[in-house]
Amino acid sequence: MSDHLDQGMLKGSPLARIFRRRPWETLATVLIATGILMLMQPISLELYTHSFATILFGTVMFIIVSKFPD
Amino acid sequence: MHEAAASASVAERVAAATPETIVRRVRGLSDRAIAWVFVLPTMALLLAINIFPLIWTIRLSFTNYRVNRANAPLRWVGIDNYVSILTDPDIWSSMQVTARFVFWTIAIETILGFLLAVLIDRKFRGHGFWTTVILIPMMLSPAVVGNFWTFLYQPQIGLFNYAASFIAGIPPSSFQMIGDVSLAPWSIVIVDVWMWTPYVMLICLAGLRSIPGYIYEAAEVDRASAWRQFWSITLPLALPFIMLAVLFRGIENFKMFDMVNLLTNGGPGSTTELASITLKREAFEKWRTGYSSAFAIVLFVAIFGLANIYVKALNQVKQR
Repeated sequence: MSDHLDQGMLKGSPLARIFRRRPWETLATVLIATGILMLMQPISLELYTHSFATILFGTVMFIIVSKFPD
Repeated sequence: MHEAAASASVAERVAAATPETIVRRVRGLSDRAIAWVFVLPTMALLLAINIFPLIWTIRLSFTNYRVNRANAPLRWVGIDNYVSILTDPDIWSSMQVTARFVFWTIAIETILGFLLAVLIDRKFRGHGFWTTVILIPMMLSPAVVGNFWTFLYQPQIGLFNYAASFIAGIPPSSFQMIGDVSLAPWSIVIVDVWMWTPYVMLICLAGLRSIPGYIYEAAEVDRASAWRQFWSITLPLALPFIMLAVLFRGIENFKMFDMVNLLTNGGPGSTTELASITLKREAFEKWRTGYSSAFAIVLFVAIFGLANIYVKALNQVKQR
């Protein structure tokens, strides 16, 4: 089985337009970067508390969306 | 020709030396199965030394396990360790120390590394020798670097204090780089910059060497000034490589331990206590194994996330 979703199956369908790898990957990257900033910022303990969940969510999302077709 | 004959004879000798029972068994296997036979030992080794400790650490992070009380009953504490870490102002403080260390080292290393790369790229007389000299610090072990900079920073006999006093005109023993609360963070930044600027320089040099000469020739024809060429050609085309260096040093410095542990051990007070030093204290001084496992997982997830961004950036550089 291929690593990526079968592009032929999705070609032309609305799903293919929604689940494109690049924008989702960018979103996951932004989430990870935001989480890292939250982890290391000196302003709010509240932000620090939620940083791990943000990074974890972004990382899991990145792993999943990197399998989406281009 | 000779090599082909030699390799054929080696293959024949290996075939001749293989016991008959193994030969019969291998003959019955498909190519795929033989491939698995070769790959499996490596996979087993990787699982044993990489994946198993990780899974074990994740398991321990949900318990109150203390390695110095290994026989005490193990209690499942759920996400309590994670909640403690993510609400602890001391851990938050060590994260900020790490952030400051990462920020200043990256900022200085990037600027100096890029400038050095521009200089080395000009191919002046003896540039090969100077490139080697510049690269020496990054070839040294962080443990060695930590130890000899401890001597260099000695207020009475250290060369650094004498050099600083020569420039600033103050007595060498009037300040302590490692012992002073305000100077200690800079002491670790200076050593990291000294050690890793050559690495940033190498990556930037690769970027500069990848810029085709005809672009500069076209700029010369258009009578663009050297300054304009730098801002419009050199910097934009080398930028992905600079970003790569920033990301790579960011990941490395986020988990920095050895050099800082030898140099200041987190002191004075907790002014240079990076996240990795706090982790070591929790694990091997307070013996809170479950808690420190959770902390290690928090750092691991952060570094893993950064590594994902790094891979994405690397792919973009490759596509250029």
